[in-house]
Amino acid sequence: MAKSSSIDLKAVGTKVWDWCDDRLGLEAMREMAAEKTVPVHRHSFWYYWGGISLFLFIVQAFTGLLLLVYYRPGPGAYDSVRAITYDLQFGWFVRSLHSWAANLMVVAVFVHMFSVVFMKAYRRPREFGWWTGLALLGLVLLFGFSGYLLPWDELSYFATAVGLEIPRSIPGIGTLIDNVVQGGPEVSDVTVQRFFALHVFILPLIFLGILGVHLALIMKHGTALPPSEEDKPETERRTIPFFPNFAARDMVMWLITLNVLSILAFLFPWQLGQPADPLAAAPEGIHPEWYFMSQFQVLKVLGEWIPGYAGEVIGIALFTVGGILWGLLPLYDNTRESGARGRRATWFALAALIGLIVLTIWGYAAL
Amino acid sequence: MSEEKSYPEATPPEGEGDDLVPDDPARRKLIWGGMGLAAVTYAGAIAYPLYRFLADPAEEAAELAKVTEMEIPDDELPEPGSATIFQFGIRKAILIRGADDAMVCFSAICTHLGCTVDYQEDQDRIYCACHGGVYDAETGQNVAGPPPRPLEEYRVERADGKVIIHRS
Repeated sequence: MAKSSSIDLKAVGTKVWDWCDDRLGLEAMREMAAEKTVPVHRHSFWYYWGGISLFLFIVQAFTGLLLLVYYRPGPGAYDSVRAITYDLQFGWFVRSLHSWAANLMVVAVFVHMFSVVFMKAYRRPREFGWWTGLALLGLVLLFGFSGYLLPWDELSYFATAVGLEIPRSIPGIGTLIDNVVQGGPEVSDVTVQRFFALHVFILPLIFLGILGVHLALIMKHGTALPPSEEDKPETERRTIPFFPNFAARDMVMWLITLNVLSILAFLFPWQLGQPADPLAAAPEGIHPEWYFMSQFQVLKVLGEWIPGYAGEVIGIALFTVGGILWGLLPLYDNTRESGARGRRATWFALAALIGLIVLTIWGYAAL
Repeated sequence: MSEEKSYPEATPPEGEGDDLVPDDPARRKLIWGGMGLAAVTYAGAIAYPLYRFLADPAEEAAELAKVTEMEIPDDELPEPGSATIFQFGIRKAILIRGADDAMVCFSAICTHLGCTVDYQEDQDRIYCACHGGVYDAETGQNVAGPPPRPLEEYRVERADGKVIIHRS
């Protein structure tokens, strides 16, 4: 009896599969997944960081949606975040997950980017993968900046005020910031409402579009081999199937990430400061989030050397030129045969990485 | 023929996969069982806080549902021959003060589809505008239209300088 019913079940399953396959082309997708392989070598660990970034983005979308159930943009922002953090059941946990996942996502995205640089994964034909990735990085930082204001507490108020003050040293930008970004001569609850629209609608919309292209390009070109593997004869290179082997390992990394995230959110819940008060003096030791610390420190030091707007203008010019060079890396170091260019690109990336770390530590030490 | 199609062969690193016990049903069962258990645990650990987070306002409101008594000061009472609708815990109630100063109180929620009813002074009846339900203004009995049941009645007690509404 049991046996015959299990056979029936299998037949039903096959029928359902065939019915869907006819309409969705599932078999073709399965064949494509079966053909995809992922290289295995001693640097394979770095392949997981794009997936980890993606997972953290999913967590952000999910917890963000939950916060949206209770968050109120505008004048009531602080009270609604206070209620989420201290009154609602598990509200503190949801908010904490959102904040911690945001920070971990920035870490994961940076690790992903530098591993791409050092494994030379931006070379032909993956230039657009590099550029869409940089665009996603910029959006992640904008997500961080806009989300930071939403609780509308003291710290978020000054962080945003300072952050919007920096680009004002560029002529003509001040009016644009007042009229379009800030919605007034200073940061106010009108700004909170604008940043809210940016944070929960405009940025996600753009992000998802670019992310789609980024992922499609990975599907198209497959996983890049680092130069050390490319040098090996093909018979010595090892691979595993993308599905299920690599996908299963990806899931393990996601699970580890979820556990780390939950433990951090549980043990170090995010707090809320005093309500934003435009008439209050800035609190001692105010500083931006850690991922803006290196830029903050550069501007601070330049400001000491070169007083006035000139210091800031030079700082901003420095970041802009650095960013453009960073984006042009794949054009400069395009193939395996790049030789000296390849080595110079590696040194440039190493200098950038060490510079970021040193400036960040210096920034915290100088607080 | 899909069987004849050849895929680029996946080549696991040396040594990997060698230690697997080929097709050991007991081991297979154990691993799947463990994974299933872990999946259920994770699903629960996500679903429970999620539910409590979303249910919070409704649970707060459930506290209000326990309200069984409410006082209305005399100066907030309706004029004789009129009525007032007020919040009674999580319920809406209607207090009708007759021309003879007699007071009755009912649930203000129509028993048909939940609209808020109104007292019509000129016809001395309780009327629901949504679907034309009519209730007797003295007893709350459903007398015309679609309502299936009378309105729930709340006891009105006169006290010094106030009126106390009771829900049993």
